[in-house]
Amino acid sequence: MTPLASLVRTPIDPLEMIHCVSNPANGAVLIFLGAVRQVNEGRAVTGIDYAAYEAMALRELEAIVAEGAAKFETNDVAVRHRLGELGVEEVSVAIAVGHPHRDAAYALSRWVIEELKRRVPIWKREHYADGTREWVDPTGRASAGAPS
Amino acid sequence: MTVTLLLFASYADALGASSLDMELPGEATVGDVLFAVRAHPGAERLPPSPMVAVNQRYASLDSVVRDGDEVALIPPVAGG
Repeated sequence: MTPLASLVRTPIDPLEMIHCVSNPANGAVLIFLGAVRQVNEGRAVTGIDYAAYEAMALRELEAIVAEGAAKFETNDVAVRHRLGELGVEEVSVAIAVGHPHRDAAYALSRWVIEELKRRVPIWKREHYADGTREWVDPTGRASAGAPS
Repeated sequence: MTVTLLLFASYADALGASSLDMELPGEATVGDVLFAVRAHPGAERLPPSPMVAVNQRYASLDSVVRDGDEVALIPPVAGG
């Protein structure tokens, strides 16, 4: 059986994710795909390296799946994050949810991605068109990697 | 006692290592580990109070650290 929380280094198959949450009780099945965008904060992006504290990231993803399932009263939650080097348009994260009703399905999908961004130890280093690479700091503080 | 300190992303770049073995006195906290890290070259590029995990769980400055623990400095996360 496909694990409901996973880290992978190969392309994510959205259909496989949907199969993880398919259930005759579900009137709504949603999949969210996060993809590599070609521009970030005005800079042309050519790709992203994703790195993780893998053991802890997997533990946090598993906790998010369990907490989301309890909070929204469904067993059908799956999340997968890709690591390694990705090009523009490639899928970095997929969240699939199934629920009897669409309101809860949308809310659960949104809750999972926000929790993932808040607490799962994954980092991304953007590659820019000018050849430079930088770790992204969503808090907006000066990067520890920047020259002092 | 010895703890393994794990460094990731920009913090690994700052200290030039992805892990360090650290010797600490018997009774130590996360705060003591952070204080000891400050002695390493490149540590001036770390923020004043980075997030920390002990044995793969988020921890606070006063969390106790034991021999053999895995302590990780967690840069601002950027998944998704």
